Amino acid sequence: MANIINKRFIIPVLILFAIVFPFVTQNDYFIHVMTLSFIWMIGVYGLNLLAGYTGYLSLAHAGFFAVGAYSLGLLTVKAQMNFWLAFVLSLIITSVLGFLIGLIALRTKEHFFAIYTLCVGYILYLIIDKWDSLTEGVRGLIGIPAPGNIGPISFETPLSQYYLVLAILLVVILIVYRIVHSLTGRTYIAIRNSEDLALTIGISTMKNKLEVFVLSTFFAGLSGALYASFIRFIGPDIGNIVITFDLLTYLLIGGIGTLSGPIVGTVLVVWISQQLQFLQDYRMLIFGPILTLLVIFYPRGIAGSIAGWNAKRAEKKLAKAQQDERFSQSPISAENQVKEG
Amino acid sequence: MEILVQQLFNGLTIGSVYALVALGLTLVYGILHIPNFAHGALYMMGGYITLMMMVQYGLHYWLAILVSVIVVGLIGVLMERLVFYPLRHAPPIHDKIAAIGILLFLEAFAQYVWGADYQTMPTPYGQVVQLFGLTFTLQRLLIIISAIAVMVLLFLFLKKTYTGASIIAMSQDRDGANLVGINTNRVAMLTFLISGGLAAIASSLAAPINLVFPGMGQLVILKAFVIIILGGMGSIPGAIIGGYILGFSESLGATYISNDYKDIIAFILLVVILSVKPTGLFAKGGH
Amino acid sequence: MFLETKSLSKKFGGLTAVNNVDFTVEKGKINAIIGPNGAGKSTFFNLISGFHPPSSGSIILKGQDITRMPPNKIAEMGIARTFQTTNLFEQSTVLDNVVVGHRLRTKSNLLDAVLRTKRLKREEEQCREKALEVINFTGLEKVAGKLVGSLTQEEKKRTAFALALATDPEIVFLDEPAAGVNPDETEGLAQLMKKMVDKGITVCLIEHKMQMIMKLADKIMVLNYGEKIAEGTAEEIQNDPAVIKAYLGGSASA
Repeated sequence: MANIINKRFIIPVLILFAIVFPFVTQNDYFIHVMTLSFIWMIGVYGLNLLAGYTGYLSLAHAGFFAVGAYSLGLLTVKAQMNFWLAFVLSLIITSVLGFLIGLIALRTKEHFFAIYTLCVGYILYLIIDKWDSLTEGVRGLIGIPAPGNIGPISFETPLSQYYLVLAILLVVILIVYRIVHSLTGRTYIAIRNSEDLALTIGISTMKNKLEVFVLSTFFAGLSGALYASFIRFIGPDIGNIVITFDLLTYLLIGGIGTLSGPIVGTVLVVWISQQLQFLQDYRMLIFGPILTLLVIFYPRGIAGSIAGWNAKRAEKKLAKAQQDERFSQSPISAENQVKEG
Repeated sequence: MEILVQQLFNGLTIGSVYALVALGLTLVYGILHIPNFAHGALYMMGGYITLMMMVQYGLHYWLAILVSVIVVGLIGVLMERLVFYPLRHAPPIHDKIAAIGILLFLEAFAQYVWGADYQTMPTPYGQVVQLFGLTFTLQRLLIIISAIAVMVLLFLFLKKTYTGASIIAMSQDRDGANLVGINTNRVAMLTFLISGGLAAIASSLAAPINLVFPGMGQLVILKAFVIIILGGMGSIPGAIIGGYILGFSESLGATYISNDYKDIIAFILLVVILSVKPTGLFAKGGH
Repeated sequence: MFLETKSLSKKFGGLTAVNNVDFTVEKGKINAIIGPNGAGKSTFFNLISGFHPPSSGSIILKGQDITRMPPNKIAEMGIARTFQTTNLFEQSTVLDNVVVGHRLRTKSNLLDAVLRTKRLKREEEQCREKALEVINFTGLEKVAGKLVGSLTQEEKKRTAFALALATDPEIVFLDEPAAGVNPDETEGLAQLMKKMVDKGITVCLIEHKMQMIMKLADKIMVLNYGEKIAEGTAEEIQNDPAVIKAYLGGSASA
């Protein structure tokens, strides 16, 4: 019963909640935080497709996030380009870069892939940090415009930006949902499970991995471009490895390789961090050990653990139903049922 | 010419530090096949503990280093017991994430306890020496000599003692080592102890010519990874040679290419290596 | 000629794992490769399925040279294989494991997935039907909804068979299919292999269980130190002096 409620009920309720949220709180700061969470979520979904569903832990995603953000920033501020043209271009730039890096990085596996991407991420960060004449280095890039008008709709107010980001997020979630629940998604999971086995059943692992990698960097770039146009100021720090770890923390707490994990993890961690403002610089004192404890005790995160419990309960119920059938006259089973209900 | 010699000397100094850090990383990788991303945090802790011992408790430099080696070594052992041991059968992605968690925690911890500021470590060996036309501080000479001494001691320990030999045996064949009665648990703990100790020595030696701050381990650990991929994951001589190769290329690159981008040299080196050979240099032939 | 290898060799460094092996797999029969441990049997499989490029020699399938094709292309050509360790996804059901086996016969891509096209829906149905078909064929219909992690060793082996069969192969290579399975269940797996042959699928297997091989195989090749030392029917092999010498003189582990 609970499962039916989950699918049919929870999704529309969540969407509805997201839509009415700004009117319920009426608090600009909360709307700001929520918009930011949505932006992070997009990046986390990108990471989830790659690390969660295909089994490749990329530590370069802050780099791609920053490339998306800086592309948008530079194209709008320095090249004075139309916002949406710059937006599309920055997504293309990030994806092309992702394609080129993926082409080489994906020849490596496991530890080597993690180390390789860690270094790629650091190179991207260093380039942004040191290439003063282009990126303004540590001074950062100021005056990035808010999203341009689409027809009569303008995105100057926090509220309109909130809905823009929400709309994009919903599209991202829909895309990821459809991929995961398709043959393509099954193909990725087969690669995560065993690359050798995937090859023997005729799956071109390289082509599929490259596809996910590019898609994953696309989402990272999208997240970065939105961030730049929302915060309107960016510095090299957004490419720092710490951002990759942040994304990873959201993903792990929520549940790696699950659909709802990125939402649960990001909302939870971002809001807790906001509540613990005084801890801002030290938040890793708490999240570091949580991350470690999670992989030891709850490697599937919140969403994954709940799914696990549900599966177990369903199995038990099934077993009990079979038992009940056999001993339908027995009063003991009826008593048990009452207790559990 | 003089610049070249001076830079080669600097390369020798940095290379010594890199080699020590990479040695700890490669030992752990050899035994447990874990790329310990938290190793840089051990390096950082080593620097702070030595600094604290000297400044707050007034210990002599060498005594402070000794305390630091012991404390950081024990942190390493704790890490093995509490985190990597429970995760020994988990999928490979998990121990990497756990290591990252430890790294984040230790960095935040250092910032909480000692602050985010850059601090300088005093050294009793700050005098400037002139030798063979070279000008350098005594500390730099000390780094080279101490590092080489530590490496020789480590080599003797691994080759000449039973305990050391068991580390080598286990890195070559874990199941085999178990069969011949080596206590693999104890060896794993010991390896982490040594690995942490080496990191503490490296940072304590390097700190007086660099600075002490919470993120001081980040770049060093990344470079150590480059080194052990260069020298072969798990290889001890490879870590030492790789360390010096990187040290030299950086100090020469800083002079003749660009000081700003010298940190990038290591990563470009790595990207090139892995692009050509995805399983790293000196990978054992696959079956 | 259905599938044949011509003077196939593989060297690892200085070590010759497979040396000049000429072998033909006979269509519609059960072919077996036996030999002491380390004789190069698994390497031979890995060469045919494309996991290792051979050092020299060639592999011909129905007149076409497939020597340097990647494993996924070889699978598309109609060659399937299983591994000694089944490598299945333990946290997922038998059905879910097997469905993806038919993926190589489908064309839908990422865009189809995002747009939920008709082609995707049709192909998903096609994969599901194929999976149910091979699950029935391998006798797994009762456990189709169970997690692979909760299956017995024999059921896991059958699932691995089912996955290989879902690729619509003409020939299946089985690497020690009966390892770790008890005698009764071994008999069941042998029956399943016969059933595959009856359906027109050629079988080639590596096996240590001599009794099973001698009863089952139509044709046997014996490898020793990477070289073919004998080839023929069970009777011929049992009376071959070179084979007897290899087994008695060499390591007794087989």
